Amino acid sequence: MRRAASLALGLALAGAGNATGISAAEIPPTEIPPAARRSGFDTMSPAIQAMQRDETANPGLLWVQEGEDLWAKAPAADRPACAGCHGAADASMRGVAARYPAYDVESGGAIDLQGRINACRRRHQGAPPFPYESGELLGLSAYVAAQSRGLPIVPPDDPHLAPAREAGRALFTRRMGQLGFSCAACHDDHPGRRLGAAPIPQGHPTGYPLYRLEWQGVGSVQRRLRNCMTGMRAEPFAYGAPEFVALERYLMDRASPLPIETPAVRP
Amino acid sequence: MAWAWIGCAILISGVSAGEGDAGRLRPVTVIGGEIPEALTETPGDPVRGRALVIDRTKGLCLLCHAGPFPEERFPGDIGPDLSGVGGRRSAGALRLRLVDGRVLNPDTIMPSYYTLSGTTRVGAAWAGRPVLEAQAIEDVVAFLVTLRDTTTERSAP
Repeated sequence: MRRAASLALGLALAGAGNATGISAAEIPPTEIPPAARRSGFDTMSPAIQAMQRDETANPGLLWVQEGEDLWAKAPAADRPACAGCHGAADASMRGVAARYPAYDVESGGAIDLQGRINACRRRHQGAPPFPYESGELLGLSAYVAAQSRGLPIVPPDDPHLAPAREAGRALFTRRMGQLGFSCAACHDDHPGRRLGAAPIPQGHPTGYPLYRLEWQGVGSVQRRLRNCMTGMRAEPFAYGAPEFVALERYLMDRASPLPIETPAVRP
Repeated sequence: MAWAWIGCAILISGVSAGEGDAGRLRPVTVIGGEIPEALTETPGDPVRGRALVIDRTKGLCLLCHAGPFPEERFPGDIGPDLSGVGGRRSAGALRLRLVDGRVLNPDTIMPSYYTLSGTTRVGAAWAGRPVLEAQAIEDVVAFLVTLRDTTTERSAP
């Protein structure tokens, strides 16, 4: 087969500035100011809102329950359970999800909640990591995050996180995939409009891990981001990729001060 | 003053497979906000064009645009309604908006249907392919120019 230099489609306009004669001014991508930030909860149907609120109807609480069991369970006879070091989660884990992803000294980068749980297993429990999207990892993440339910998201004031924040913001505004969309093109510029039948939310990860009716199960924010990237006809980042952690950091900055909703329910 | 400029970007095809690469894309000429010349010798087919427009996995148009498609429910509302668009825009202007609307507005959310540039991380299944092939672009253009005043369309028997 030949290696070829190919003539590709290229487009250019005449040197004259107004060659098109068409005014195509559009509002440039702008971030949503804190007072205007809205959770996707607000635009859901009342029935799904009620499902999230109702402690007996929210299916995500099954995962939270699994997490609670794991919190108290030692991975091996000579290894501590999470509770062995951290004690009661409702005290020690309160507020944690509202400030994650955080800076991890050992890896020298940002780490998200599920990454922290797996790091803790490796460092302190001598246990293998839970697989991404496993019931165990989702359950423990949901249990820890649920301890912050109702607390406002507070971006940590940690200069070590600056590179992740910057990388996350850059990813958010980068055109990706065959369709050339960016996250910002929909979620900064067109929230409230509809993509087909689906309302476009502002895209705040306030309730993860969350129960999605479409999934018939609980999933992580990374699962949701991968879905979005597939829709953009882009190659999704791998689970646990630093790009995803950076995006999570930026998204949490962008969502502040909305409250944590874990376990949220979404259509 | 230069009014038209034939633009042809040179891309190096790094793969040896020889298919699906940029070489398949035909060069186009933008003149005054239009691509006046059809991309293909075969005239566009408006019937095929309509089918592409309403196909939410091929043309994808209804994800963002409403239009005179009474059988199609729940279109998106990000872009303008396509009703009457053939009365508002020439074939060449519609062709440019399909091929690469970013020439007119670099910030537009409208995908560029017939270019391989300006994006990153294209999924493996889509790499090296435009959203629509040249003949499909012509089919869609041929259909869109038929969309004239909507009241006339709706009163037609």
